[in-house]
Amino acid sequence: MMAARFLRRSIPVLRQARCYADAPSGSSQMSFTFASPTQVYFKEASVKQVDVPTLTGAFGILPAHVPTLQVLRPGVVTVFNDDGSAAKFFVSSGSITVNADSSVQLLAEEAFPLDQLDVAAAKANLEKAQSEMASASDEAARAEVQINIDANEAIVKALE
Amino acid sequence: MFARTSALVFLPQCGQVRNMATLKDITIRLKSIKNIQKITKSMKMVAAAKYARAERQLKPARVYGNGAVALYEKAEIKAPEGVANKHLLIGVSSDRGLCGAVHSNVAKAIKAKIATLTGEGKEVMVVNVGDKLRNILQRTHSNYLLLSCKEVGRKPPTFTDASIVATELLNMGFEFDQGAVIYNRFRSVISYKTDEKPIFSIDTVANSENMGIYDDIDADVLRNYQEFALVNIIYFGLKESTTSEQSARMTAMDSASKNASEMIDKLTLTFNRTRQAVITKELIEIISGAAAL
Repeated sequence: MMAARFLRRSIPVLRQARCYADAPSGSSQMSFTFASPTQVYFKEASVKQVDVPTLTGAFGILPAHVPTLQVLRPGVVTVFNDDGSAAKFFVSSGSITVNADSSVQLLAEEAFPLDQLDVAAAKANLEKAQSEMASASDEAARAEVQINIDANEAIVKALE
Repeated sequence: MFARTSALVFLPQCGQVRNMATLKDITIRLKSIKNIQKITKSMKMVAAAKYARAERQLKPARVYGNGAVALYEKAEIKAPEGVANKHLLIGVSSDRGLCGAVHSNVAKAIKAKIATLTGEGKEVMVVNVGDKLRNILQRTHSNYLLLSCKEVGRKPPTFTDASIVATELLNMGFEFDQGAVIYNRFRSVISYKTDEKPIFSIDTVANSENMGIYDDIDADVLRNYQEFALVNIIYFGLKESTTSEQSARMTAMDSASKNASEMIDKLTLTFNRTRQAVITKELIEIISGAAAL
């Protein structure tokens, strides 16, 4: 009686072990998380490629990319899904982490899909920022205005 | 003669006041408890609305926060053991009370950590976000307080708040090696748990063993990355803490309203009994007065 109960319990364990072996290994796929503090765009999704603008230049990340840490610049992030479609987002700043197990965390301070941005408003903001540059007094104010200009220029370039 | 009668007149009145609450006393008490019950009920409604909003905002914030600490977990970054490191504890609470044991749980965790770390001879400083935490810690651990933040808890916390805290903290110039953010992690409407998330300094991360596999990192990029990660972790702690606080306030006000309605029931019964006793006493006086004639 006891032996039969033990056998019945051991067989499901063997079946579970076989299921684990059949599951695909994680390193051939990218686990992509793209989020801003208020919204999540991708959570541990499997995508083909991600193009990011960083302070040291723009680069594309595919699965099994070498691990790295980068800081983002205002610009466009393009996500190529597994089915070939591409989604574009504008990010203001943030960081990207590529880990050894091919997981990618793209954390943006602010991120919006491109179709939510208005190119006319961006151009108006850019002109206002450029005129403020002339009147900026100390270094901190000048740095802020420069950041404003950079971000608006990137938005205008992305939307054209 | 007259003096003795006046003394006899005064004594029974003193005896009456000492023995039983008059109808007026009970009425006053009943009215005040009913007012308190209205207030706690409305506080519960407000806390429920704020909790619903906080929980909705917590969902993306959780994904964001988990992404922020993913590097530390995957690269298994640890501060070198045995070195006299400097620790920084960031305790997250708020300014407002009436929310159960939320603030005292964080304070307890901080005090325990201070005790273990000073026992090992390490230097500790505490940053507190929220006035309540400062009040608790100031009594016994005031020489560990580095920075205090006020005006927390009135409005939902934003990323800007977290970045202000991080900027001030970095401007203080305390060169910490590692630390932790101590907050209340939200589990469900009725339960939360005090938890901590680790933070590391730039040097600790750069010198950690597994960092070699990360390609193309220079000091500037790492510093920007670390500062951003610090803000992210503080933001994550703030979001979780507010959700736990609102749910704790909801439960506390709910039980306060229940207790108040229990007291109202008991007092109403006492009031009715007292009223009947007064009527009976008057009747007895009248009847015995009439019988005496």
